[in-house]
Amino acid sequence: MARAMELLFATRTVWAVVLALLVGSILILSAGANPIEAYRVLFGEAFFDRFGFGTTLVKMSPILLAGLAVAIPLRAGLFNVGAEGQIYLGALFSSVAALYLPEMNAILHLSICVLAGMTGGALWALIPALLKTYRGINEVIVTLLLNYVAIHLVSFAAGGPMMEEGAPYPYSAEIPSALFLPLILLPTDAHAGVLVGLVLALILHVGMHYTSFGFAMNTVGLNPQAAQYAGMPVKRQMILAMMIGGALAGLAGTFEVLGVKYRLFHNFSNGYGFDGIVVAFMASANPILVPIAALFLSGLKAGAQLMQRAIGIQSTVVDAIQGLVVMFVAASLALRFQDTVWARILARRREAEAAVQGERSNA
Amino acid sequence: MPEWLQLASLTDVLGTTLRLSIPIAFAALGGVIAERSGVWNIGLEGMMLAGAFGAALGVFLTGEPLIGLLVGMLCGMLLALMLAVLAISLGVNQIVSGIAINLLSIGLTAFFARLIFGLDATTRSLAGFHDWPIPGLASIPLIGPVLFNQDPLVYLLYLLVPLLMWVLYRTPWGLDIRATGENPNAADTAGVPVFTVRYLAVIASGALAAIGGAYIVLAQVFVFTEHMSAGKGFIALAAIILGRWDPIGAVLAALLFGFCDAVQLRLQFANPAVPYQIFVALPYVVSILALVGFYGRVKPPAASGIPYRREAK
Amino acid sequence: MPHIEINHVTKSFGAFKALDDVSIAVEKSAIHAILGENGAGKSTLMNILYGLYQSDQGDIQVDGRPIRLQSPREAIANGIGMIHQHFMLVSSLTVTENIVLGLERGLHTIDLAAHEARLAQMSRDIGFDVDPKAPIWSLPMGMRQRVEILKALYRNARILILDEPTSVLAPGEIGSFLAGIRKLRDAGHTVLFITHKLEEVMQVADRVTVMRHGKVVHEVDAAETNTKTLARWMVGRDVVIELRKRETKGASAPGEIVLDARGLVAVDDRGVRALDELSLTVRAGEILGVTGVDGNGQRELGEVIAGTRDLDTGQILVGGRDIVALDVKRRINEAGIAFVPEDRQATGLVLDYPVSYNMALRSYDRPPVSRRGMLDFKAIREIAGRLTKRYDVRLRSIDQPARLLSGGNQQKLILAREIEAKPRLLVVMQACKGLDVGAIEFVQSTILDLKANGVAVLYIATELEHVLDVSDRVAVMFRGRITGLLDRADASTARIGELMAGIASGAAA
Repeated sequence: MARAMELLFATRTVWAVVLALLVGSILILSAGANPIEAYRVLFGEAFFDRFGFGTTLVKMSPILLAGLAVAIPLRAGLFNVGAEGQIYLGALFSSVAALYLPEMNAILHLSICVLAGMTGGALWALIPALLKTYRGINEVIVTLLLNYVAIHLVSFAAGGPMMEEGAPYPYSAEIPSALFLPLILLPTDAHAGVLVGLVLALILHVGMHYTSFGFAMNTVGLNPQAAQYAGMPVKRQMILAMMIGGALAGLAGTFEVLGVKYRLFHNFSNGYGFDGIVVAFMASANPILVPIAALFLSGLKAGAQLMQRAIGIQSTVVDAIQGLVVMFVAASLALRFQDTVWARILARRREAEAAVQGERSNA
Repeated sequence: MPEWLQLASLTDVLGTTLRLSIPIAFAALGGVIAERSGVWNIGLEGMMLAGAFGAALGVFLTGEPLIGLLVGMLCGMLLALMLAVLAISLGVNQIVSGIAINLLSIGLTAFFARLIFGLDATTRSLAGFHDWPIPGLASIPLIGPVLFNQDPLVYLLYLLVPLLMWVLYRTPWGLDIRATGENPNAADTAGVPVFTVRYLAVIASGALAAIGGAYIVLAQVFVFTEHMSAGKGFIALAAIILGRWDPIGAVLAALLFGFCDAVQLRLQFANPAVPYQIFVALPYVVSILALVGFYGRVKPPAASGIPYRREAK
Repeated sequence: MPHIEINHVTKSFGAFKALDDVSIAVEKSAIHAILGENGAGKSTLMNILYGLYQSDQGDIQVDGRPIRLQSPREAIANGIGMIHQHFMLVSSLTVTENIVLGLERGLHTIDLAAHEARLAQMSRDIGFDVDPKAPIWSLPMGMRQRVEILKALYRNARILILDEPTSVLAPGEIGSFLAGIRKLRDAGHTVLFITHKLEEVMQVADRVTVMRHGKVVHEVDAAETNTKTLARWMVGRDVVIELRKRETKGASAPGEIVLDARGLVAVDDRGVRALDELSLTVRAGEILGVTGVDGNGQRELGEVIAGTRDLDTGQILVGGRDIVALDVKRRINEAGIAFVPEDRQATGLVLDYPVSYNMALRSYDRPPVSRRGMLDFKAIREIAGRLTKRYDVRLRSIDQPARLLSGGNQQKLILAREIEAKPRLLVVMQACKGLDVGAIEFVQSTILDLKANGVAVLYIATELEHVLDVSDRVAVMFRGRITGLLDRADASTARIGELMAGIASGAAA
């Protein structure tokens, strides 16, 4: 029985999500619709309809990358609440590279765009990283504030120097079609960005769990003082974690330009950086779990639009459900197994065993 | 003499400064109380938004700004209660809790706004507070119109600052709050109900942040729009640090940010050639620069950010 | 009638019986010492008496009236005050604010002036010279302790529980503290004095209860016993003598200078100068003990050598090479420095990591633990298995989190990891703090073995007896300087005490 409870505990994030969906169904009821029908349409369209799944994949690309962008710094003990801003910077850098570089080989040009986008995100993340490690300034406030600076910066670029002539609202010229990311689920808009995200999740999983670099990163996150005494480069690991996060978010922004919009739009991101926070928490900052959480959340968002069209519930209900998911996941993470009655039962049994063994070895 | 330095313009800029700092000032005062009790309230942003939503809801339903204010405060306090449960009772990391509260607030307010106000929510103008010139004081040159020709919520702030100073530094409640934020263990053994103190402080901070949000709806724009707090709660977090965790300091810091915002608006109108987005970003940039300049010279309350658990040895 | 009567109290934590049928009677206006090793159960007993824990069985009577306390508040209401080993004071508040804290409720102006006047009067009456307006952070430890006692008295405590009250005091402060305790007794208070220091018991106590393994082993009048008897009851055997014999047997002549620190200057976390032109040397095969009252720069000394704190000026030569410019990793790998930090849980280990990962912490990026950047889990497990066996770390599995080990086993884990690196210089901080007798013996003999193998050891500790147990020379620190350097043979407790309090200065040997 106690062991069954242990299993239930290991999957508590899933239960938190289920609970959030249940509370969400109250919201749907309050909007005058049938929750079962609503969820059926939502998830049916998002996962079992070719077009719907395509939309899910389009949203999954930035959400997955933003999730990784939050998860990696989290492993080093840093809260990257600035993925949103890093997404904007990535889009800005990559679209500048896409629009203003002289003509060249498409593969080379694409690589430069991607690198530029990652650099933009990484540099934007470097600011809070340096302020944190060298001035001790809390990275949460700085990244939060920088989000707004980045959003306005892109508004300025898309509405000023980069604005297409005669455009009705701020957006840039279209990038060369040679740079468009390949589509993966014709005839939908799903592009290759999500595949890159999956590969990166796998690479980061290996990197965090099987390399000495990842070991140092985890140690810095769990106990920076112990890491310092063990000779690990604490500041460097923190800065790198933040920059890797920034680069991943920058990549998310890059793919929005190269794979979806083909232009730099102002206010294009819809809070993907904040979705990344949700995803990273759901995955307990574990890179290999981030795609699963990202798939769920992007399905929720894609399905919401289709649900709005099908049965007329405002898609904002999904924003509310998303908020509930974070709440319940956060609460579930606090329920540490050690604190429960079941843990005490297990511990007592183990203590008894240990005591018996101890007496034997002392004798 | 440049146009904007003339008396009428100066009055105008200072008046705008004050109005723009009010939401930040209320939220920052709330944050000061929560942080002095040892709880880092990242959720200020969400609580402001809830306050704005509640205010719009109250006015939408009754047409009474005062009821709007109360409904707004209630919404902010509800969110604060959730933060308290997460961060104080469950011991969830306070940053995580605050972020969760913000996302929840953004989602719920957006959902209910469309549900209740309908899609035309952003176009319908709501009733709000009007300016109450204080007879006599309002006619003093320069400072009269700036300080004493304002709406009731501004006067509320004037009263709140000395009140909070008194509570924090002169009363048993304030002593409990300060002790709990510095050394909850010591406070606990001295018989201070640490958990109760933190709960009350967080709920008070929710109420104050909500007044800040309600002010935007009831005295500035008279509509509710999705995510209309737009980062002011985060600027309030910077104001708390800049104000050294002190009510007067926090309000002064809020005024500084309000001044940046006012100048930004002024420049936007005066120099349409200069891209306005750069100026809109100014308060955020100034917040960061202010943090860089001031951080580290003062220490935050020692136990701020750390969940308290009674130690069982 | 006894003032306090503890009858057959039993308390278990899980399978562990912390208190087993404990009965003690404390007379009114007496100083009653509860003597015992760490883990003997004395703190648990006092926490029950103060309402922090509730007993499983048995009862407690005060003035013949049974009481069952659910919280410290109730204890205070019953006239029981406790002075914790770690002071429960808010350092940013003033003396008066700390004492008034928790006394009043609600929203009204506190009349601080009236409280200050009453406190000043009370302080004068019992010969405490405390300024009610001073902020706590500005007061020395001895003063803070008086504030704690005043806090209890201000709440009308008639029973004072003192938990290891002298452990934070300089030897010079102890005398006046004990005098103050006697004064309190003569004024009619009952004092429960928890300690493991035999001399103090003999100096001040009227009656002594000796506890071991959660049981009362003896209770006598202090006048009818002596330190030797008490020590035997407390420990159950003659440990200290054994260890000293072993040490002399293993002694070898010190070799060349390994650590040569010259003119070290560094600041503490608050930016206050913590090391003030400090110089010292340690030779191969020598243990230099460094002691002093906490907060006189010992921690910073260890940290600048380990490389975790910046040095403002000065040189640190290890084997003739200046290591100041090296980072921690190069100090470990190139200079051969190993380090046992002060706080084993906060800095020595990653408590959430399994034991095996903890053993790999310092060699995480070198073979055999990692090759070409990839971790070799087989090698990590092999090393952990070998070391935990050799150093007799008691655990169920090397996969269990380090959090679950006892303090002694955690310390063994750290020692094993540090020694495995085959260091030239070992810096050990507070190695025996909070350990039981068996673990202390193990730690000290391990360090003595290292010394016999020619390792230079810098042994930094507050507990004088531990320093004297192992050191060849003893350096005493006061306000960031070495005020005295004595050969073990010349080092008397009294002499060191004077040096620790900064009263005398000693000849540098």
